[in-house]
Amino acid sequence: MKRLTTHGDVFIWLTGAFLGLSIIMIVGMLVLIASNGIGYFNPRAIEQITAVTKGGDTLNVLGQVYATEDIPREVIMAEGFDASKEHLRYLLRIGNREVFGQDFQWVNEPEIMSRKEPADAVGIERREYGHAYGFMESLQQGPQRLIDNSVDAWDAFRSAHGYVTGLSDRIYDIEKSQIGGLNYRLEKLRKRLRTLDYQVGRGEIDTDEHGREVTQIRNEIDGLELAFTNQQVQVDSLKALLDGYVLRLRLFGSPSDETIEIPVASIVRAYKPNLMTTVERVAFYGSKIWEFLSADPREANAEGGVFPAIFGTVMMVLIMTVVAVPFGVLAALYLREYAVGGPMVRIVRIAVNNLAGVPSIVFGMFGLGFFVYFVGGSIDALFYPEHLPSPTYGTGGILWASLTLALLTVPVVIVATEEALAAIPRGMREGSLALGATKWETVRRVVLPSATPGIMTGAILAMARGAGEVAPLMITGVVKLATELPFDSHFPFFHLDRKFMHLGFHIYDVGFQTSNVEANIGMVYTTTLLLLLIILVLNLSAIILRARLRTKYRLSGF
Amino acid sequence: MPIMTEAYPPAGPKIMVENLDLWYGPSQALFDISMQIKPQRVSAFIGPSGCGKSTFLRTLNRMNDLIDNVRISGSVVIDGEDVYSGTIDVVSLRRNVGMIFQKSNPFPKSVYENVAYGQRLLGVRDTKVLDEVVERSLNHAALWDEVKDRLHEPALSLSGGQMQRVCIARALAVGPEILLMDEPSSALDPIATAKIEELIVELKQKYTIVIVTHNMQQAARVSDYTAFFYLGRLVEFDETRKIFTNPEKKQTEEYITGRFG
Repeated sequence: MKRLTTHGDVFIWLTGAFLGLSIIMIVGMLVLIASNGIGYFNPRAIEQITAVTKGGDTLNVLGQVYATEDIPREVIMAEGFDASKEHLRYLLRIGNREVFGQDFQWVNEPEIMSRKEPADAVGIERREYGHAYGFMESLQQGPQRLIDNSVDAWDAFRSAHGYVTGLSDRIYDIEKSQIGGLNYRLEKLRKRLRTLDYQVGRGEIDTDEHGREVTQIRNEIDGLELAFTNQQVQVDSLKALLDGYVLRLRLFGSPSDETIEIPVASIVRAYKPNLMTTVERVAFYGSKIWEFLSADPREANAEGGVFPAIFGTVMMVLIMTVVAVPFGVLAALYLREYAVGGPMVRIVRIAVNNLAGVPSIVFGMFGLGFFVYFVGGSIDALFYPEHLPSPTYGTGGILWASLTLALLTVPVVIVATEEALAAIPRGMREGSLALGATKWETVRRVVLPSATPGIMTGAILAMARGAGEVAPLMITGVVKLATELPFDSHFPFFHLDRKFMHLGFHIYDVGFQTSNVEANIGMVYTTTLLLLLIILVLNLSAIILRARLRTKYRLSGF
Repeated sequence: MPIMTEAYPPAGPKIMVENLDLWYGPSQALFDISMQIKPQRVSAFIGPSGCGKSTFLRTLNRMNDLIDNVRISGSVVIDGEDVYSGTIDVVSLRRNVGMIFQKSNPFPKSVYENVAYGQRLLGVRDTKVLDEVVERSLNHAALWDEVKDRLHEPALSLSGGQMQRVCIARALAVGPEILLMDEPSSALDPIATAKIEELIVELKQKYTIVIVTHNMQQAARVSDYTAFFYLGRLVEFDETRKIFTNPEKKQTEEYITGRFG
């Protein structure tokens, strides 16, 4: 036995085995997330099922299977199924929430009488009430035309949908950019009025000046409001065009087959999955992925896309890195190059190392108390007093959230930078000083450039750590749904006082805060996969940059 | 043995050291050193390891300031000014007194940037001026022909001897009058060593050179004056010819003849 432990081979195998185990766990987790997440956007077949329960009730459902599981033992016993076998049950998404009252229905396999996939079954994603499943009856195109023949109706519907979508996009554009722009300017002018009132009340300006400015602003407001009304009229007329398009859908389900009317304008996507060719499936999948990445969320984050969350996450990580890295580098420089050794330096270093171990929620509390209430409150009192008690910077926002996370990741940067600085041979510094450079010039021209790859390592680690933390964000500025992005085309372009959405928080929200957890579990996996991919991309770019810098500044001759 | 040049250097010592003591914390490393170093000559410091010759060399351009707990008393007067007086600008002192280290330490930049470093410190940005300084300094260091096609390659990709000459060129580019060399060729092979020694003999026409060397034969080959140090004291300082043929002190003779090393 002694020979076994002293012999080196055993340890080579042991360490290799543990490394292999770690890699298997990481890869396993990625495969689990990917397999659950990637399949989410596949167009599922629509099934038409008739089942009879033990009590003799008939269940007619039409929908897509979203999950399959084994029926628990107790239920098998209670329902009287054959106890010697395993039985399955299916979670069927039946949609039509406004009619059936629920989105999903469990169906036990032993109770199924008939099950088929009707070719003509239509699945519809809507802007209100979620999904709808049924068979197309007719299409109303304007007040005159009604297309009844189901064969023509589907093609007519497709072109009508294209037309309606184009119009809707135009309306959206007008509303967002033009009316939105007008609104923004109106809001600014109204704020200016408030400021003027505030200033004249405090005696900072005299009443004549106040009067002149107010009149001028009032004129501007009138002009803008007129333009606003014009745009609104245009939008309304366009919307009236849309009203004429209605789809009638025949449902399948107990107690009887109803027909519902769906305005075409509220249809995001309609498809016949049972008829789709492979090419069509791929196109469907692609369009869903594109929607996921670029669209805003719908249905309380359960449908639609996560674009605002992606944007918020990336912007926050960038602001955090831009703050944390210079801060950390300067602190490390001081500790290494300038501070005279002694108890002070040792205390600072111990403090920095311990800071790295503080739980992130504590940072969140600190961020709330210091940044949001103290600093934000002071800024409000000094620069935006006319808006009080409504806070501008005195409430959570992307700036405070990024700063809080920057504090969290600064120790990482400090440690990595110190290592990089320590690795620079003393001779290099001496050589520079002997040529008549001051200490700062030596740091700037020789030490810092050589340390840059190590500093980048610190930055990469900081980004990875910061992008994944969610707890401190919840307190300092993340919201479930944000109506505006923190960056837009209105000056000053970066609106750092706005609240934002974050992918990590989005995962938590979709997975645990929505009403329909079974529906959304696929989306949770997909969003997780997306977050992992974004962090991977951020890290990879930093690693590539570091590799380039390494060859440029290599310290040895090799 | 080198011959005294015809054009006699200006009279008066370039560097005058008087009663120099140095302490590392509580222990004294240099005891009452006094010497006068002549301009445009090569002065060599020899002695066994740990006898203080490198420490003494570093006092001449105040590189010992970088070490904590160093205390100095006495004076080092260069061109009439005591470099340890309160009013001296250390930065311009170090420009005037260049140093070459035992382990060559080119920066991890290109050859060009290494040599241009000193000029850039002075704020020179004009590429034409920099080009000219770089070429001139590399020529002075007898390296131009070898690197003129590789100016923008990393200096660390050169051979050991070439790297040391880059360091010399880099020091020359700053325009010093004095060059201090701390065992400049101890890490180099014999051929590179020979090149460096040739260079030293050539450079002394313009610069005052002080070289510390472990290698007695190198001192004999290259220097005009030699100082023998032992245990922190200056034992003897005289013309090289005299030290190596007819030294005054017995200790010197014992060291020269290899009685101790």
